[in-house]
Amino acid sequence: VHGPKLPSISGAVHSGNFFLGTALTLGRFFLLGPVQNSLMHSSQMLDGQGFGSTVPGLYSHQIPTKVPVHPSSGQYNFGGSQNVSLLSNQGSGQTLNRPPAGLISMAPLQHTSSVPQMLPPSQNSAAIPSSSSSFVPGAYPPALSNWQYGQTPMSQPTGSQTNHFAHVAGTLPTQPLSSGSTNPATSYQYTVSPGGPPLQNSYMKPGFVPPPVNRPLASAFPPARPPLGPPQAGGPPLVRPSAPPVGPPNSSLPQPLLNSAANQEGKGLINSVYLNLKMGRNVGYSYPTLPPGYQNASSPGAPGMQSSPLQYQAGPQPFPQPALGTNHITGSMSGLSLQPEGLRSINLLQERNILPTTPLQAPVPNLHEEIQKLNCNPELFRCTLTNIPQTQALLNKAKLPLGLLLHPFKDLSQLPVVTSSTIVRCRSCRTYINPFVSFLDQRRWKCNLCYRVNDVPEEFMYNPVTRVYGEPHKRPEVQNATIEFMAPSEYMLRPPQPPVYLFVFDVSHNAIETGYLTTVSKTLLDNLDLLPGNTRTKIGFITFDSTIHFYSLQEGLSQPQMLIVSDIEDVFIPMPENLLVNLNENKELIQDLLRTLPQMFTKSLETQSALGPALQAAFKLMSPTGGRISVFQTQLPSVGVGSLKSREEPNQRASAKDIHLTPSTDFYKKLALDCSGQQVAVDLFLLSGQYSDLASLGCISRYSAGSVYYYQSYHHQHNPVQVEKLQKELKRYLTRKIGFEAVMRIRCTKGLSIHTFHGNFFVRSTDLLSLPNVNPDAGYAVQMSVEESLTDMPVVSFQSALLYTSSKGERRIRVHTMCLPVVTTLNDVYLGADVQAITGLLANMAVDRSVSASLSDARDALVNAVIDSLSAYRSSVLSIQQPGLMAPYSLRLFPLHVLALLKQKAFQTGTNIRLDERIFTMCQVKNQPLIFLMLMTHPNLYRVDNLTDEGALNINDRTIPQPPILQLSVEKLSRDGAYLMDAGSVMFMWVGKNCGQNFVSQVLGVPSYVSIPQNMTHLPELETAESTRTIAFISWLREQRPFFPILHIIRDESPLKSSFLQNMIEDRTESALSYYEFLLHIQQQVNK
Amino acid sequence: MESVVFVFSLIDCCALIFLSVYFIITLSDLECDYINARSCCSKLNKWVVPELIGHTIVTVLMLISLHWFIFLLNFPVATWNIYRFIMVPSGNLGVFDPTEIHNRGQLKSHMKEAMIKLGFHLLCFFMYLYSMILALIND
Repeated sequence: VHGPKLPSISGAVHSGNFFLGTALTLGRFFLLGPVQNSLMHSSQMLDGQGFGSTVPGLYSHQIPTKVPVHPSSGQYNFGGSQNVSLLSNQGSGQTLNRPPAGLISMAPLQHTSSVPQMLPPSQNSAAIPSSSSSFVPGAYPPALSNWQYGQTPMSQPTGSQTNHFAHVAGTLPTQPLSSGSTNPATSYQYTVSPGGPPLQNSYMKPGFVPPPVNRPLASAFPPARPPLGPPQAGGPPLVRPSAPPVGPPNSSLPQPLLNSAANQEGKGLINSVYLNLKMGRNVGYSYPTLPPGYQNASSPGAPGMQSSPLQYQAGPQPFPQPALGTNHITGSMSGLSLQPEGLRSINLLQERNILPTTPLQAPVPNLHEEIQKLNCNPELFRCTLTNIPQTQALLNKAKLPLGLLLHPFKDLSQLPVVTSSTIVRCRSCRTYINPFVSFLDQRRWKCNLCYRVNDVPEEFMYNPVTRVYGEPHKRPEVQNATIEFMAPSEYMLRPPQPPVYLFVFDVSHNAIETGYLTTVSKTLLDNLDLLPGNTRTKIGFITFDSTIHFYSLQEGLSQPQMLIVSDIEDVFIPMPENLLVNLNENKELIQDLLRTLPQMFTKSLETQSALGPALQAAFKLMSPTGGRISVFQTQLPSVGVGSLKSREEPNQRASAKDIHLTPSTDFYKKLALDCSGQQVAVDLFLLSGQYSDLASLGCISRYSAGSVYYYQSYHHQHNPVQVEKLQKELKRYLTRKIGFEAVMRIRCTKGLSIHTFHGNFFVRSTDLLSLPNVNPDAGYAVQMSVEESLTDMPVVSFQSALLYTSSKGERRIRVHTMCLPVVTTLNDVYLGADVQAITGLLANMAVDRSVSASLSDARDALVNAVIDSLSAYRSSVLSIQQPGLMAPYSLRLFPLHVLALLKQKAFQTGTNIRLDERIFTMCQVKNQPLIFLMLMTHPNLYRVDNLTDEGALNINDRTIPQPPILQLSVEKLSRDGAYLMDAGSVMFMWVGKNCGQNFVSQVLGVPSYVSIPQNMTHLPELETAESTRTIAFISWLREQRPFFPILHIIRDESPLKSSFLQNMIEDRTESALSYYEFLLHIQQQVNK
Repeated sequence: MESVVFVFSLIDCCALIFLSVYFIITLSDLECDYINARSCCSKLNKWVVPELIGHTIVTVLMLISLHWFIFLLNFPVATWNIYRFIMVPSGNLGVFDPTEIHNRGQLKSHMKEAMIKLGFHLLCFFMYLYSMILALIND
């Protein structure tokens, strides 16, 4: 709809349009309703939960009221809108009158009783509630929006509960449904409806009670961000009844209402909800929020009480449905004077301090709270647009990329694992059952990706957690968006492979010079027992220079036997059975080899490197089993197949045109594909001072799902920092979890399709990624398009399923499912934009672009992404053309992040970056999970010389100070402070010249600033409060990531100061614009 | 003489039509997941050069025999074939690269290209047929 474009004044009118639209849809649903209802009804009956007792009176009343509501809604709307703006007592008064329409019998009671008694504040609250209840969505849209974008994720579990039957809960301990709302209002209400917590009471209350709950939120809402949930909770029930009246005319309110109404009732609801309507319940009621967990609860509570229709509904009602009803807070809001944070647009040129002082959180999808609670953790699964546009046209208009960022194998502290003989999947699209499917009744469920109706298998009826039969909707599979299955034998093409590790070392003269072999052998020796595996673990070693050396570790040998193959044209494997040996049975021999290996080649004069033949040999050795090859290489491969020539010309680095980002040979790619076919992954450790053509070598890892590590200018004496880095990273590499012979499939709701994949893997068929190895530090991204319009779908879902063999030899499937709402207006699309995910996806796309076209093309594309989206926003969403550079609140950091990308090693121009380093950064962009990619792109800066315990976290009796994040600009630095820059894989602590003596001596442990050593990388553990705080903070940062960032302590004269300053993204550098200049450039382009 | 030229062109064109159909079938197999990207691409890459040669021969033949209209019709397509073959990046496994084919809608564009070529060759087929009959009658 074109609503957003209209000036705010006309808001009412066009919102009216919206309303009509929704009304129509409602009507339609209505018609549909009966049939489904009947279905539901019957099913419910079958359940036999004993909710037989219904409140007839209510039903009859409500039914009629509801239907008429739609037509009449126009009139009410105005009132509603007024209320909203006022949010005051008056407002409440008005609203109070209104509600009765919806709730005929009950309403009056509540109002009278509650309102008078309440204190002034409470009155407010009451009023608000009433109003909120009537149009909660509308009234609080601001709140909602705030919530969405709020920095503080909503933490209101109770809110949702209120939705259901909050009151009842409060009163009746037995009912789990209750929200546990402790508001006076609630309690009060209880008193009103003494006796039993009949459903009616609870029912009515929803309107009322919730209000109290909401109240704080509501009042606070402009400043604070009240979670969506609460308003809904309170409101939704009421909303439906009263909402219709409110609806149409009201500019701001109506739309939300519409949406909410439509969503809740109409769109999603195919089944049960509608039943309710028929039954005469308030629409609000039908609000299908019962989470699975609660369904039960409702039923038990009932016995004594009159089980009302509510519960009735609740019981049968499949929990997933709530999901369908998403709250849309829509753009109609523009007319409102109260603009919620999320809907606000920001003039970037005026607001200099837009960087939040706490880490940016992923936006929370605008789903009903019960659904959102089940949704996948954003660290695992993230979408660039948390409001999915309904059509490709809308997506094109928004000029934002649509895609997913995944971190599927992340180390999780809690992961439900299900062992079951049958894994329930959709029969047509093979989707795993997940929390967002809907249960039509107990025996049938409807797939949320392809909408096919499937039978629930007999075994699935029994819930192993509660040991109850007949509640498939409460099984762990339906309660967890992230779950792991133990796969039965159907999921194996062959018996699960043993863990097999093969190490391939470069031992040419150059390699021995760097001394890496000592570090690697020692680290390997120390971690030999920690290698993930079981009694079947196998291990082997190959070394190479211009020839290839194998090591026979046959049982019975007194020491390892070296076998040299000098025919590198046609590599063969001597005695294949003794080269890969069981780790446990031959441990002594292996340790022996690792101890002697560093000394074996010290006199070698061989400078050639036959990497290609060595890889071929490794592949041949591994192909019967599959496994992991770790290659250590220190120079350009120079003999045999796969030899490369130096392509870097240092004096041409400046021109971004002629650099070689594409591989020069297809040898490594072909070999990688062969490896992939045999379930072998190759990880490359490149430790090189000179150009080694990582662009070509990297292919071996990229297509075999390995990882690339690069240690520029590694040397055991000259570069101790790299040595420590290698040690730490190698330790992590050796001991981290690993999955073998894995495949990952990403499915999405019909209508969406994936068209591009980013990451290290081979795409075997349209949606199947072949991952010979999968590790917990790898991230993936995909781009999507909307193939068919998503009409009539309130939500869409995405599911990634990773099938792998664990190091213990078990076949497992890890499934993540995410559910997101669909929106129809451009404003909503912008509202749900996730700026970090967008930046991450754009970075991936830019890497592709620089390889396929050129670096300058990629840079232009990045800048254009900002210009296009902001000008689309300006021309299509903003009603009033204001001067300046306007950006939606959700995208306020977009220009900054893109500027950070442009200044990142992968995409920067200038002569100071080596080709290999650039390519390595590109590999990282493709392979790192989003959080680390963002840290790498836009580091966090903290001031650490004045840490206090104020606002500190307390974890396990440790106090961790939380200093605010500063903007990356030199103007934020002061000479008398010390600053910590956290760039993900590296940290810098810059100490100012006039830094307090206190900090220098108490934290750094040196007498004065001048005596800070040049290469300080460790903080001494001192017995002072300052030292404890600083160390606690730094180690807390380190604990959050799987790798070990090295801390460099630098002062003004340090050579590393330039790396520190290079990360000052908002400042101008010789070849790049400052943030402000960048904004001006964008503004110029946008206003063209 | 002219009839010989057209008989040859006709045969060559038939081969090209079959080749286009083969491309379409193989690509749609990939689309439907009947074969994997690796085998699909190695099958197709084998036929890229024969197709290029087959088409270039006809084009050159038309130039030599001075059939300007048919030559101009064929010229852009032949140029495109050669351009596509030459522009394959050094790291790729051929015109059809298994690691790229599922990205950025390449599969669709390959499909579209094969369809267009099929149409073009069918058109040429009838043109050659007509010219051949005309030439035979004139003889």
